[in-house]
Amino acid sequence: MMKVLQVKHLQKVFFPGTDNERHILKNINLQVEEGDFISVIGNNGAGKSTLLNTIAGTLQADAGEIDLVDHDVSKKSVAYRSRFMSRVFQDPKMGTAGDLTVMQNLILAQDHQHTVNLKWYQKKNDIPQYQELLKTLNMGLENFLDTQVKYLSGGQRQALSLLMATLSKPKLLLLDEHTAALDPKTSHEVMKITDDMVQKKHLTTMMITHKMSDALKYGNRLVMVQDGQIKLDVRGVQKNNLDKEQLLAAFE
Amino acid sequence: MLISSLGQGLLWAPLAIGVFITFRILDIPDLTTEGSFPFGAAIAVSLMLKGQSAITAAVVGFLAGCLAGLVTGILDTKFRIPSLLAGILTMTGLYSINMHIMGKSNVPLLDQKVLTEYLPAGWNLEIQTIILGLIVTVIVVTLLYLMFKTRLGLSLMATGNNKEMSSANGINTDGMIIFGYMISNGFIALSGALIAQSNGYADIGMGIGTIVIGLASVLVGEIFLRGHNILTRLIAMVVGAIVYRLLLTVAMGLGFPPDDLKILSAIILVIVICVPIIQNRIRTKRQLKKYLAQMEEQDDESITSEASTKGLLSRD
Repeated sequence: MMKVLQVKHLQKVFFPGTDNERHILKNINLQVEEGDFISVIGNNGAGKSTLLNTIAGTLQADAGEIDLVDHDVSKKSVAYRSRFMSRVFQDPKMGTAGDLTVMQNLILAQDHQHTVNLKWYQKKNDIPQYQELLKTLNMGLENFLDTQVKYLSGGQRQALSLLMATLSKPKLLLLDEHTAALDPKTSHEVMKITDDMVQKKHLTTMMITHKMSDALKYGNRLVMVQDGQIKLDVRGVQKNNLDKEQLLAAFE
Repeated sequence: MLISSLGQGLLWAPLAIGVFITFRILDIPDLTTEGSFPFGAAIAVSLMLKGQSAITAAVVGFLAGCLAGLVTGILDTKFRIPSLLAGILTMTGLYSINMHIMGKSNVPLLDQKVLTEYLPAGWNLEIQTIILGLIVTVIVVTLLYLMFKTRLGLSLMATGNNKEMSSANGINTDGMIIFGYMISNGFIALSGALIAQSNGYADIGMGIGTIVIGLASVLVGEIFLRGHNILTRLIAMVVGAIVYRLLLTVAMGLGFPPDDLKILSAIILVIVICVPIIQNRIRTKRQLKKYLAQMEEQDDESITSEASTKGLLSRD
């Protein structure tokens, strides 16, 4: 099995040398294999988001190595890493450009590599193809190709972010509590779309969630981060046999 | 009066467009303007005095502005200096550079051939200015319109709108911001070069207040022409620059001395910032009143009165 992501001896310390010094990631080691769908859980401040941000490159690792598809990217920019990965943020406003139209957002998301060139970005012939893509979301967005994204609802924006994140055929998909800002019903719908997409496109995925039930229900692997370390890492049958009580007990 | 403001406005249009790129597309108030405008003028006039053609002078003036933008862009993105301060630093530095280029604080053109003189001599100066202004404006607007239709333009717009999202989608946002600063200040310096040729001199103080003029033109333009189509927005900037010139000419006609034009510019800017906000507030209030009145008609009277007493008594 190919390793999509290898995190080796990762360290992250905030405010070193001050009274507020906090060692957030303590020698984290993690291997993500092709096809993994990992739910990442943990307390607030345990380091889940820091881990995801360090993998995505918005935070630099203080020590250790991050290998993406067999090469070290730990010193590379967010833009470079995005050639291999996509990300959906917690805040629906973060993942889309509100002043741009739905179509412009989709075009931006499609190619993470050739972002600066003098070719027309919008071609008339591509419209049906984008409409087909939007239809898969079942939210009626196919009729709003030319609408600025800021006029969409939170749920629509998040579903769009999710679709956008899959367009560049990423080797790794990062979901950062992407349903947390939505109401229960919408959150449920977006989670279902997520699962469908991940299954259909065989996306290797890391999903941070605070919902124990989602963590248990979705994915083939569950990782629990506690106090900057990985406390639990189960997959397959072992994961399926896990229940809420056991998980809560592990939190203690 | 109308004719002369039209011509002058068109020469100021590249400034409005330059300010639009940083202020509206990148969402950055860039004070480099106050330095790059006289920079373009100083370069153009010096080159012409050295025997270069007016066209070369204008083009080099544009490139000089790009250089000024590059400096501010690097200060902002690579050195992480807040954009407002980065602009002030470049602007301040440019003052000395402009003095070095010009040698003294005011340099007049002698009998050098200016751009308007490339046009048929039979036309009078005001018509020549308008035609020159139109040619330049059409070139600038067309180039920018085409640029915004390319993937480069889309990446630039996305960067200004949402930096996190843009870098997560592979865009080198620092590069885009620097590029934005560069073309913005290029057009501002071009405007400076045109105005210097039109005035017949470059002056060290001609940059003072240009950011206010630029912002006022942007906002005036947006009051007259609204829309999120990029061509409409660019044309709105040209309209803004012309209307703004007209406002100044009217004020001068009313007898304001030239020294008071700066405070007048500032007051105009305050007004054009406040008017849309107040307009919006009044409109919202009126709509709300109408909506609530409709709701009241639909509701049963007893329920509304009950609700209102409850509202009065409740302490939450």
